[in-house]
Amino acid sequence: MAMTASEIEHLIKEAIPDAVVDIRDLAGDGDHYAANVVSASFKGKTRVQQHQMVYAALKGGMGNELHALALQTSAPQD
Amino acid sequence: MSENPVFDRIKNEVSSDDVVLFMKGTPVFPQCGFSNAVVQVLTYLGVPFKGINVLEDDDIRQGIKEFSDWPTIPQLYVKGEFVGGCDIVREMFEQGELRDFLAQKGVETEAV
Repeated sequence: MAMTASEIEHLIKEAIPDAVVDIRDLAGDGDHYAANVVSASFKGKTRVQQHQMVYAALKGGMGNELHALALQTSAPQD
Repeated sequence: MSENPVFDRIKNEVSSDDVVLFMKGTPVFPQCGFSNAVVQVLTYLGVPFKGINVLEDDDIRQGIKEFSDWPTIPQLYVKGEFVGGCDIVREMFEQGELRDFLAQKGVETEAV
């Protein structure tokens, strides 16, 4: 059972309300996406911590329904 | 022995070498594009590393995800510290941070 881009965006925004999420479907199979997530809540956090926040938002989907999510995260530029 | 023998095994592996890569396949025959990407980065920088094929050991394959609270493979460890998966290693490399990070940790890279 794959995930749709809108499901991914919805889950991320549910957990990180101020997130600006840009998702690209890499393979059209609902399994391989690239996502760029920008949120003020990432400020001061390491990349690992930022990515872990996004994975937590996906509630276990990452690595299961969702095989590949090429992720880039950043805090908004001041 | 602690209550989690798999974590003990992982701790041993992670400290058994300066640079340890939990991956799908082996450095010579990577069996996943993301694992291969990290192998290529380390090879390009001339960093010797130990590849651990999680496909050969399901305990390690699942255990490593809990150990680092990271849901995917590959996972790169330097001096016992979790650095990241494919995205983070590639981003650090592309932004020229990886070589400095490794140098800070006392890991030699080849001048390229």
